[in-house]
Amino acid sequence: MSASALEVRDLAVTFATERGPLRVLDGISFSLPAGRTVALVGESGCGKSVASLAVMGLLPPSAKVAGTIRLEGREIAELPPEERRRIRGAEMAMIFQEPMTSLNPAFTAGEQVAEALRLHQGLDRARAHAAAVAMLEAVRIPEAARRARQYPHQLSGGMRQRVMIAMALACRPRVLIADEPTTALDVTVQAQILALLDELRGGTGTAVLLITHDLGVVADHADEVVVMYAGRVAESGPAAQVLAMPQHPYTVGLLGAAPRLDGPRGTRLATVEGTVPDLANPPEGCRFKTRCPFRIAVCDTVPALREIAPGHRAACHRAPLDQILEAA
Amino acid sequence: MWGWLLRRLGQIIPTLLILSVLIFALQQLMPGDPAIIMAGEERGDPQVLAEIRAELMLDRPLWEQYGAWLWRLLHGDLGFSWRIRQPVGELILEKLPVTLQLGLMAFVIAVVIGVPAGIVSAAYRDRPADWAANGIALAGISTPNFWLGIMMILLFSVNLGWLPPSGYVPLTEDWRQSLATTIMPAFVLGGGIAGVFMRHTRAAMIGALGQDYVRTARAKGLPERVVIGRHALRNALIPVVTLGTIELGRLLAGAVLTEQIFSIPGFGKLIVDAVFNRDYPVVQGVVVVTALIFVTLSLIGDLLYMAINPRLRVA
Repeated sequence: MSASALEVRDLAVTFATERGPLRVLDGISFSLPAGRTVALVGESGCGKSVASLAVMGLLPPSAKVAGTIRLEGREIAELPPEERRRIRGAEMAMIFQEPMTSLNPAFTAGEQVAEALRLHQGLDRARAHAAAVAMLEAVRIPEAARRARQYPHQLSGGMRQRVMIAMALACRPRVLIADEPTTALDVTVQAQILALLDELRGGTGTAVLLITHDLGVVADHADEVVVMYAGRVAESGPAAQVLAMPQHPYTVGLLGAAPRLDGPRGTRLATVEGTVPDLANPPEGCRFKTRCPFRIAVCDTVPALREIAPGHRAACHRAPLDQILEAA
Repeated sequence: MWGWLLRRLGQIIPTLLILSVLIFALQQLMPGDPAIIMAGEERGDPQVLAEIRAELMLDRPLWEQYGAWLWRLLHGDLGFSWRIRQPVGELILEKLPVTLQLGLMAFVIAVVIGVPAGIVSAAYRDRPADWAANGIALAGISTPNFWLGIMMILLFSVNLGWLPPSGYVPLTEDWRQSLATTIMPAFVLGGGIAGVFMRHTRAAMIGALGQDYVRTARAKGLPERVVIGRHALRNALIPVVTLGTIELGRLLAGAVLTEQIFSIPGFGKLIVDAVFNRDYPVVQGVVVVTALIFVTLSLIGDLLYMAINPRLRVA
């Protein structure tokens, strides 16, 4: 068994709002083995991004974070802000959804990559610049030396995301969090960026936490998947197994909603009926019960995350779903 | 870059021409016969009046007056003040350093207080430091100059005896005395503008701190002072630079009330006296020089813009 680069246990995040505390994450647990990719999947508002920002220590002070976050065995959730800061960019890094706005328009691509190197590795200006150019080459930016002197507005979207990746990986972090890294990009560029991430991960042993709502991306790039619903983990396990035999009705619904090219022509896309519950006033028991086709009386109590098959867990009273799905 | 600069300089010419027409027209709209006013004691003598009219070309068609005025202007001749009996150019050269010194001192005070206060205020948004900065800025903006000036004279000159209450000593004569005579009026002028700077800087910083690239900077592990002082500030400064050029232009156009209170012989006093005396050549001269200062400042502002905002740098 490979050592965990990142281990998250019972992560809970509560925001102080004018209407009282709002618990947006409730007991999230997952682990990220070194050199592997774990996908965090769910609809908008399910808490994926909050979870990643909590791990990075980037949530605003109004957010209360509870639970444990272990980076290579070291507990970091309780560290003072100054020590958390030193870890960011060095041992764990993050790339974001919008490469257009995530780079600072006032500095060149090279300066922005070099900045992390100067900060964390104490390189002088010239060396940091040389290392930044090498990093830009590593993320397959043609004419890296020239591009390093350009400003973000002179680069294409795909190029900017490559700069972001170069910046994030410059200090060879153990963990990379990629928050919907390709959502804002063209389809062809998406594939290139994801292939690049896979390649770099293979080369450096960096563990990748890939946040996405695209199950196609999960199938092609993730080793493990964690499906989130309304601030809780609905299901988790090896990606291939979860996609082939989902054990939570929400995952079943998500898979039904994913468009397929090999399906019969003219098939209407299935959707998950209903809407995500209001977290200020969540339903009692299972949070998915209001949208669940398999709901029974016991669903009014909170389902535990149970192991259904080795390494494959689901938080559903009715799991395993195999017989129910066959009957349906 | 050079092409842009040439185009930008080219735009100045029509701007200045339109300004010159406006300035010329403005004085035509002023009531009263300048010849009679300038003649003073001799206003009853038609001979003298005719001479003055001929000298000022008041007996010629307007376009001819304008043409002659513009021609002389292009040769650096701002005309002659009949009232003060001195060339206008000389008069302006006498007053300009005073206003320049006072204006620049006030500007430095405004920037040195206003910009850092705005940054701190944005960084500690909705906390005591922010409230304090906002309160002081509001007080600075809403305190009338003349009142603050009088209060400062009362405190620092009358009660404490630290500073001279009025008058002006040129920098070249005695720089200590010069600073002593200008520090209070500069503070009076700069204090209010500091408040304006503080509020604009605060707003721009709050906008910048909410941007995605600031989150990226934090994700990189940069210390908060670098996130604020480098990543956010660089972008927040763009609107502040615009404000700076406008405020500096206003300061250099002279400060009528403040110069009056502290008996500073600057532009403000010159133009007020000239208007009351219908000393047309002086009014025109001052306005022309002020317009030139504004045009130059806006050019400098645009260049600064390009320096801090690479998106504007066109090939």
